[in-house]
Amino acid sequence: MKEGEAAEENITEEEVDKVYRRLNAQVEKSGYHLNPDVEFTKDLVRGLLANEQRYGYWSCPCRLSANNLEEDLDIVCPCYYRDPDLNDYGACYCALYVSDDVIRGEREVESIPERRPPREERDAARVEEKKRTEMMETMEFSGELSKPVWRCKVCGYLCAMDEPPGVCPICKAKKERFERFM
Amino acid sequence: MDLSNQSNEKGSHVSGIDRGKVVMYGLSTCVWCKKTKKLLTDLGVDFDYIYVDQLEENEEDEAVAEIRRFNSSVSFPTTVINGEKAIVGFKEKQIREALGF
Repeated sequence: MKEGEAAEENITEEEVDKVYRRLNAQVEKSGYHLNPDVEFTKDLVRGLLANEQRYGYWSCPCRLSANNLEEDLDIVCPCYYRDPDLNDYGACYCALYVSDDVIRGEREVESIPERRPPREERDAARVEEKKRTEMMETMEFSGELSKPVWRCKVCGYLCAMDEPPGVCPICKAKKERFERFM
Repeated sequence: MDLSNQSNEKGSHVSGIDRGKVVMYGLSTCVWCKKTKKLLTDLGVDFDYIYVDQLEENEEDEAVAEIRRFNSSVSFPTTVINGEKAIVGFKEKQIREALGF
């Protein structure tokens, strides 16, 4: 293993560049913005790629992964906390994403408080959610709704279909990040 | 945690001016941790840094328990000074003040 930060994954500059450019184009299309400090942002992309190699998914580079997708589903980038943090602080927790006012130079990006609940609370919330999902699954549709409604937990997109889409058409989050809404 | 025999991936000791025992708990992938480490290095203080994501499972549990004493959300970076107080996040002003700069 080589010395240095996240170096053991052997991620090349070219890879980081490629992913950065692809991600930037994709988020701009959906109305989001990456941090305009390109060096900073590329460091975060390198961290995401390192976490992909280590854990198999884009765990937030600024949070400790549980190495378990079910436990980390809330912190897979883009995380469930991104949009509220963009509203309150102008940046997400790791500052990969920033708000319009930061892009316009009207707001500074800084290190912000952690919004993710502590572990015990998250464990309890997951149990509750499972119960809720089971309840929803057995719920019958009588009259009012012709289809179940699914909510993307990353961006809030709603759709009425028999199942959630494979990928969120707005933010590209995967199917497992949808919850039954109605 | 004794860092004298640790490899660089898990963390290391940085020698400098003695401003008490300073330990920065961070993640190797976190850019705010990188900035905090740079600040401590630039200030020239004596400190240890530990990359919690690079630790073995038992070492990770130990580090997380220590961080939780000061910071219930166990977020990074957490910079612990003399085992008494901690500064959570890259808070340049607070870190400078806490270290007497």
